[in-house]
Amino acid sequence: MNPIVKSLIILFLVIFIPLNVAAGLIWLERRLLALWQDRYGPNRVGPFGLLQVLADMIKIFFKEDWIPPFADKPVFVIAPAVIMVTVLMSYTVVPWAPGATVADMNIGLLFFLAMSSLGVYSIVLAGWASASKYSLLGGLRASAQMLSYEVFMGLSLMGTVLLAGSFRLSDIVAAQRHMWFVIPQFLGFILFLIAGLAETRRLPFDLPEAESELVAGFHSEYSGMKFGMFFVGEYLGVILISAMITVLFFGGWQGPWLPPIVWFVVKTLFFICLFILLRAALPRPRFDQLMSWGWKIMLPLALLNLLVTGAVVLAARP
Amino acid sequence: MNILFYVASAVAIIATFLMLTRMNAVHALLYLIVSLLAVALVFYTLGAPFVAALEIIIYAGAIMVLFVFVVMMLNLGRAAEAQEREWQRPSLWVGPSVLAVVLIAEVIYVLTHADTRMFGAEVVGPHQVAQSLFGPYLIGVELASMLLLGGLVGAFHLGRRLEEKR
Repeated sequence: MNPIVKSLIILFLVIFIPLNVAAGLIWLERRLLALWQDRYGPNRVGPFGLLQVLADMIKIFFKEDWIPPFADKPVFVIAPAVIMVTVLMSYTVVPWAPGATVADMNIGLLFFLAMSSLGVYSIVLAGWASASKYSLLGGLRASAQMLSYEVFMGLSLMGTVLLAGSFRLSDIVAAQRHMWFVIPQFLGFILFLIAGLAETRRLPFDLPEAESELVAGFHSEYSGMKFGMFFVGEYLGVILISAMITVLFFGGWQGPWLPPIVWFVVKTLFFICLFILLRAALPRPRFDQLMSWGWKIMLPLALLNLLVTGAVVLAARP
Repeated sequence: MNILFYVASAVAIIATFLMLTRMNAVHALLYLIVSLLAVALVFYTLGAPFVAALEIIIYAGAIMVLFVFVVMMLNLGRAAEAQEREWQRPSLWVGPSVLAVVLIAEVIYVLTHADTRMFGAEVVGPHQVAQSLFGPYLIGVELASMLLLGGLVGAFHLGRRLEEKR
């Protein structure tokens, strides 16, 4: 196949599939939550309620897109776009199958961390530009939370980088041919899972939009598709973190019998469901608990993990 | 790569200029973030992908978030913008402009007279950066880390004293 055509097809699929799956996750989440809470969930529109997503999307596109007169207009408009752009940019480095990556950079993992650290601006700026106290409080919480959890998110991944000897994600997948990194890096996996939850602002870490205290947090003033962008951005983040867990700790596309892409999708879907189950199972902590948990427990654990892994790698070197 | 380099540099310069002339602190910070991202791209085109990634992660992704955080806490309004307008009188621009023009003249002189091979010299990946950081420059790295530790202890001390007073 012509290489340009091939990369165009990959590019199209990498944008098209996550966006649609992100919309589909709204249905999946509601159905799974309902299942675990002994309810039915949306089951009226189409088979199994699958067309509920379509109905919701049509509805949200026809909602009035209202910008409050007291808001900082340019920043208010840019904020929802930032989260979509940064999350979609991260998808460029994810290795879906052998050779199926948009950009197989030698700093792929760092690129992912960079984009996820830029994502916080969307929330912070949305909170600030809305010029309402609930939004501002949500934005403040988001910036403190994401900054704290980003630190050990990066550190928790350095163990896998040490074992694989590369920041390139396809190399990291290839290095897990004999053993998934979740076994030697179990602590790293747990730390990354928690940091990933905090980065995507999912329950139990959804304090920036805690509806019982802050109305809707940073997106209180948003309506229509601008609100929808935050919503889809959050689900895109869930898919991204699940895909990254698969790549970094569960051998990516590797697995017997089935084609690589099927393994990748199955593993990613498993972690997406885990994210939803955590939402159904866990209550929300207090904000000071969240911060002290991050700095006093998770950061030292991440440093310890890095230290021990480094020592073992150094000792095992011939 | 040449075109990318020039476009990124132009964006960096324009964004920095706009950052200086904004009256609203948050808008100024946003332009500074754009400028940092553009500088990261400049690094990337010059063959230093590792430095480019760190530039985004540390400067744009962490330090600037703290700046935005503080500005949000201060809750600057119309009064602050008016004060800023008061401070940024046109006569204030004379001194910095003269100095900047001197620097630009020097850069143009260097670019036109010396043999500077700028592009594609070689790609410096994470391995090379690590080897030079923890090889010949080890003492510098250790000194910097001690300085940061000192800063951390100092910040902790200041925060703790306020806590006890309450």
